[in-house]
Amino acid sequence: MYKCSIDSLPAVLDEIRKHYEVFECDERGAKPFFFPQAEDLMKFKTEGKNIELFDIRSEAEDFVVFGVHACDLKALTVLDNVFLKDPVDTYYQSRREHGIIITEACTAPANTCFCTVFGIDPSEPGGDVTIWKNSQNVYWLFNTVKGGDLFMKIESVLEEGGDDAVDSIKGEIRRNLDRLPLAGLSTDDFGAGKTDKFFNDPEWAGLSESCLGCGTCTFVCPTCQCYDIKDFNTGHGVIRYRCWDSCMYSEFTKMSAGQPRLTQLERFRQRFMHKLVYYPDNNDGMFSCVGCGRCLQKCPIQMNIVKVMKRLGGEAK
Amino acid sequence: MQTVSRDLLVNKAASLLNDGTVQTVLGWRKGLFDYDITPAQFKTEDDIRKNFEWNDNCGANLSKYLVKLTRKLEGRILVFLKPCDTYSFNQLLTEHRFDREKVYAVGVHCDGMKDADGNELERCYNCKSKKHVVYDELIGEEGEVLESKRFEDVEWLESLTPDERFAFWKEQFSKCIRCNACRDVCPACTCEICVFNNPNSGIENKAPVTSFEEQNFHIIRAFHVAGRCTDCGECSRVCPQHIPLHLLNRKHIKDINEFYGEYQAGAEVGQRAPLINYTPDDIEPYEIFDGGEKNV
Amino acid sequence: MQVEGYRPLIVAFCCNWCSYAGADLAGNNRLSYPADVKIIRVPCSCRVNPMFILRAFQRGADGVILCGCHPGDCHYTTGNFYTRRRMALLFSMLDYLGIERERTRVEWVSAAEGAKFAATMNDFARKVAELGENKRLEDLRCKQ
Repeated sequence: MYKCSIDSLPAVLDEIRKHYEVFECDERGAKPFFFPQAEDLMKFKTEGKNIELFDIRSEAEDFVVFGVHACDLKALTVLDNVFLKDPVDTYYQSRREHGIIITEACTAPANTCFCTVFGIDPSEPGGDVTIWKNSQNVYWLFNTVKGGDLFMKIESVLEEGGDDAVDSIKGEIRRNLDRLPLAGLSTDDFGAGKTDKFFNDPEWAGLSESCLGCGTCTFVCPTCQCYDIKDFNTGHGVIRYRCWDSCMYSEFTKMSAGQPRLTQLERFRQRFMHKLVYYPDNNDGMFSCVGCGRCLQKCPIQMNIVKVMKRLGGEAK
Repeated sequence: MQTVSRDLLVNKAASLLNDGTVQTVLGWRKGLFDYDITPAQFKTEDDIRKNFEWNDNCGANLSKYLVKLTRKLEGRILVFLKPCDTYSFNQLLTEHRFDREKVYAVGVHCDGMKDADGNELERCYNCKSKKHVVYDELIGEEGEVLESKRFEDVEWLESLTPDERFAFWKEQFSKCIRCNACRDVCPACTCEICVFNNPNSGIENKAPVTSFEEQNFHIIRAFHVAGRCTDCGECSRVCPQHIPLHLLNRKHIKDINEFYGEYQAGAEVGQRAPLINYTPDDIEPYEIFDGGEKNV
Repeated sequence: MQVEGYRPLIVAFCCNWCSYAGADLAGNNRLSYPADVKIIRVPCSCRVNPMFILRAFQRGADGVILCGCHPGDCHYTTGNFYTRRRMALLFSMLDYLGIERERTRVEWVSAAEGAKFAATMNDFARKVAELGENKRLEDLRCKQ
C-alpha cells in the first residue's frame, strides 16, 4: 500500500502524464475509452471494378483511465464477454490490452446506486491500480503487472503506508451501502432460462407504454454494446465506421424485410430481457446490468431497470 | 409546492372514469422516489387512487402522447394539462395531429416544476404563461400570460462576438450523445419517420461522428420546429447532457417576434405558422443584421 | 485569413425561371464572374431547404448563395416569399451559432439582370475569399 496527500494528487497525475496519455472518468464512465461512440474502421476507394483498401488503425500506445468505479469496471467484463469471444473484436481488444485502469473506491454512492445487488463491492474495485481517498490522503494499491509497470514510473512521488486507513475507508463505504434505498432489490427471479417466464408477461405493456423510443438509456448504459456499421461517402472515398446503436430505435437492425421488432413494446422488452435473461443465458448466469443507476437518473420518462425488475418480479403490482 | 392537491385530480379522474365520460386517464405515475414520475395511462379507479401522482416533479408534458393514443385506444381520453402543456395541445390540434373529440382536457393550475435535484426547471423560472389556452374543465385558479424574462439569455448570447458564440456552442454541442431524447419528447416533432432516421435521406446518422454532424442535427432540429415550437421547454428538461436546447428554439421565436410580429405558437387553434405565411414586404435576409448593407 | 493561391468554393442555388436565366444572360453578354461559383439549378428558390445549405458547407463550400426571382415575380406566385422568411431565420441562426454571416446570402436576380448576376457573384466571391476557408461548418472527413 502506498499513499500521497490529497493535495499532491494532481502532481501525481502529472507524473503519470509524463509516461501515458491519461483519461479521467466523468459521469459517462469508462466505456467510451474502450468502445467509443463512433470509430473509423477502414477507408476504401473504388475506381471502376478496382477497390483500394486502407487500414487506418494507428499503432496503439498504452494509456491510463483514471477514476473508474467498481460498477464501470464490472461493466467492462460484460463487454469483454461479447467482444473478446470468438470472433474477437480486434479494435476493442487492442484498447483493452493497452489500457491501464486505475479504479477508485466509491465513497459517495448516489441514491440511485444498486451495484451490490449484482455482487459488486465498491470498496474493493480492483483494476490494475486501486485508489482509496479520505479527506487527507490518497492510498494506492497496485494489483497487476500493468499496474506494477505504472508504479515503477511514479514510485518517487509516493510513500509507503496506509493499510489501517484503507480498512477504515472500506468499513465506512460498506456501512453506507446498507443504507442505500435500492440495496434490497432482488435478482432471484431473473437469470438464465427465464425467457418463457417473462416473454409474454402482461406487465410489459404498462411498463413500455410511455417509452419515447429515444436512446438515452442505451447510450448512458456502461454495458450496452450494440453498434451499427455504416459507410460515409466523403466525395473522394468511403469511410467505414461503426457507432453505437440503440435497440430502442425503430430502425435498429433494419433489414431488407424491415425491422424484426415492430412496436416499442417489443423493443423495450428486448432491452430488459437482454440485460436480465438473454445475456445470463449466454454467459453463465452473469447479468448485463451493474447497478450504476445512470438510467434511473437520465431517462426522460423515468422508466428504468429497477422499475422493470420490481413490476415483473411481482412487487408493486 | 403545488396549491392544487393530488386528491382533487384523483377524485376528478375517478369520477370521470366512473361516469363513463372517459375510458382512459393520461396522467403521472408514482415512482421509486418522489421525483421519478412516469407519464402513464390509468384504466381503473383503484390504479388511480394507488399510483397517480401530482407533485413538483410532474414536469412531463402529456400532449404528445395523444397523437398515438387517440388512434390506438377506444373511447375518450382524459388528459391533465399544465398551462404550458395547453399550448402544445393547441399546436397539435392546429396541425390536425389528433381528434379533439376523443380527448377530455382538464387544465391544472401549476406552481412551477422541479428537476430530480429539487431545482426549479428553467422553463418555470422563466414561466411565460399561467393561462390555460384550452380546457374542458379547470382545476385551480386561472392565471394570466406573464411578462417573462425568457429571452434574456438569448440576448446575452447575441451580445457576444461571433468567436465567443462559436466557442459557446461548440462546447455545448460537443456534449451531445445523439440520444434523440430532445427530438422524441418534443410535442412539435411528430413526423412518422424523422429525416435523421431515414437511411434514404442522405443525412441519417446515429452518432455525432464529427462536429459538423453535431451542428447539423441541432440546427435542423430547431429549424424544423421554428414557428411551431411553443417553448414548452421539454427538450432542455430531458437532455441527459444538460445542453441548453431552449436557447436555440428561443432564438427562432425571438427572431419571429422581431421580424414578423409577436407570435405565440399554440395560443389559438388554427393560427398560421410564420414559416408557412408571408407578407409582400417582409424583411429581407440581408436586412436582419444591424447595419446590414444592401449588396451590389 | 487569406492563403496564397486560395480560391473559395462557392455554391449558388439558382431558380430555374429567373436567376438561372440571369446567369445565362450574363454568359451571353460575356460578363465575367469567378469560375469558383458552382451553380445548382433548382425549380424555385423555395425548393432549397436548410439542409441543402448545410450540406453544401459540409461538402466543402466556403460560401453559399441563393438566387431567386424578385419577391412578387415568382413563377409559382409565392415561392420566394417563403424562401425569404426561411432564409432570414436560418441565416440569423447561423450567425447566432458564430458562423460568419458573410458566408451566406440571398439575392433576387431576374432573367433580365445578367449584369446584376455577374456583379453579385463577383462581390460575393470576393467577400468569401476575404474570409478564407470555411472552418466552422466543415466536415473534416470531406477534406481531401
